[in-house]
Amino acid sequence: MTENVAPTNLGSTIIQVPSPEPGTVDMMVNMGPQHPATHGVFRMELRVDGEQIQDLVPHIGYLHRGSEKLCEHESYSQIITLFDRLDYVSNFNNELVIVSAVEKLMDVAPPPRAELIRIIMCEFNRIASHLLFYGTFAIDMGAITPLLYNFRDREKIQALFESVSGARMMHNYFRVGGVKEDVADEFESRSLALCDELEHGIDETDRLLTENEIFLERTSGIGVISGEDALDWGLSGPVLRASGVPYDVRVDEPYSRYDELDFGIPVGSAGDCWDRFYVRILEARESVSIIRQAIALMEPGDTMSKIRRIARPPAGEVYAHCENPRGDLGVYIVSEGGERPYRLKVRPPSFCNLQALRDLTVGHYIADAVVILGTLDIVLGEVDR
Amino acid sequence: MLSGFRGLGVTLRGALRSKVTSEYPKEHLPLDNRFMGFPALTWDVPRDEPYCTGCMVCVRYCPTQCMSAKMQDNEKFSEGVSHRKKIIESFEINLGRCILCGICVDVCNFDAIEMSLEHERSERLRNANRVDLPTLLDMGRVYQVEVDWKQSKPNAASPNERAIAKAAAEEAKTAEESVAETSDPDDSVTTPEETGEDAA
Repeated sequence: MTENVAPTNLGSTIIQVPSPEPGTVDMMVNMGPQHPATHGVFRMELRVDGEQIQDLVPHIGYLHRGSEKLCEHESYSQIITLFDRLDYVSNFNNELVIVSAVEKLMDVAPPPRAELIRIIMCEFNRIASHLLFYGTFAIDMGAITPLLYNFRDREKIQALFESVSGARMMHNYFRVGGVKEDVADEFESRSLALCDELEHGIDETDRLLTENEIFLERTSGIGVISGEDALDWGLSGPVLRASGVPYDVRVDEPYSRYDELDFGIPVGSAGDCWDRFYVRILEARESVSIIRQAIALMEPGDTMSKIRRIARPPAGEVYAHCENPRGDLGVYIVSEGGERPYRLKVRPPSFCNLQALRDLTVGHYIADAVVILGTLDIVLGEVDR
Repeated sequence: MLSGFRGLGVTLRGALRSKVTSEYPKEHLPLDNRFMGFPALTWDVPRDEPYCTGCMVCVRYCPTQCMSAKMQDNEKFSEGVSHRKKIIESFEINLGRCILCGICVDVCNFDAIEMSLEHERSERLRNANRVDLPTLLDMGRVYQVEVDWKQSKPNAASPNERAIAKAAAEEAKTAEESVAETSDPDDSVTTPEETGEDAA
């Protein structure tokens, strides 16, 4: 039967699939790197039998910039700018990881007000990231309207970011030992008003998509992964929680001031695409509630602790991780003392979540591959670094 | 039929609702004062010179190495007009390389560099975004007017001002001494207790 199989260059990852019916030949389909559904420059080689996917090989590295290596040549304050560019739709969450890692190494704690500002910014960023997910995910399935609704709301969040950090993306706002500058006076009222608008926006998305007949057909039962498998693959974030594993770094290893806040962790049951979508809807609602609580806790005070402007941590090693919108983002720093790290390693959630793509996709149709990749919600800046 | 009318209703509501978007080249959304545009050099109006002394700290801490600066002796210092011994001679920022991170503003000790509101630079040539000192100072002047910019701490005294202040201080001292010589302090001192006792 081997002559019936089309020649492939899948490399060492090729696996034996049931040989096709006599007379039919598996076809290689190349998807990406310029495919709109891959959300960036990501390429998949699909081996399909008709429309059914027999095998899938992801090709990454189109956006490789050598961030980890660059970090070895940059001072800690400069590294924050590189972290902004890892997961470029949740910049604040990325900044928080590197900043808290260096703080852990230096054994300094930011002032309470700065911690709350960080939490508020990160949660807003989580909502913004999830809004982007709903929109692009709906587009992957052919629905364009949700994207417009979600971008309208995301725009408001970015306007708030601009009034706080001066930039809509790539903020470079968090500093080792605090934040760059205090928020403006009207920040609290503005954020609370924005929270109401966002809640409305999330409800709108929920009404538009969640119970939609076509949407349900396209997502439920597609790309199922059990909790056990998800843990084995090292998945994290909403992708893991959709499979029923209630793991969230904010609760399991509380960092910053998350232990003072009361919020739930939405957990799915089936672990299919619909669960991965709906967990994110619920999570965005929880984020709104976190922001409200954090604003209630805000008290006037310093936003920067009294340390050197240029961070100079002692020699040592440190690992810090935080809950990103995409999962558990970790950073491991080896320091020899001085302004720059000796080695810096990033544990990117997108990259780890992408590992499960092949297992999730094989056996489904080509159109489902797009949906499954959409629910993994990868950001190529983080996958390729 | 009914759903068709309902659909039309949605369309009508959408048509009557206020606009969410703005047509960019025609209308510009308002910028926040914190908005980080391209970096610009500020101008010290009372001294009539740039704040920048060319200390190179921003050049060292720039993550993309997009700046270069050169320092020179300040003629105005030797004339006694300025307190800056050194002043910037040439400054170049490759705005095509700049990532607008604001680290240069953070590390500057002299309020000399600020993130301006300028953000609409598009040039035809690759090197046209390499801006020199006069352009940067122009951008800075515009920015200072736009946001009503204030320096964080007042200027130190220039040699001339110091000399004037010193002369004034000496004059005041001699005047005080002359006052002290003419008046006898013992006469004028009366303690409250004494006056109180007298009254009792």
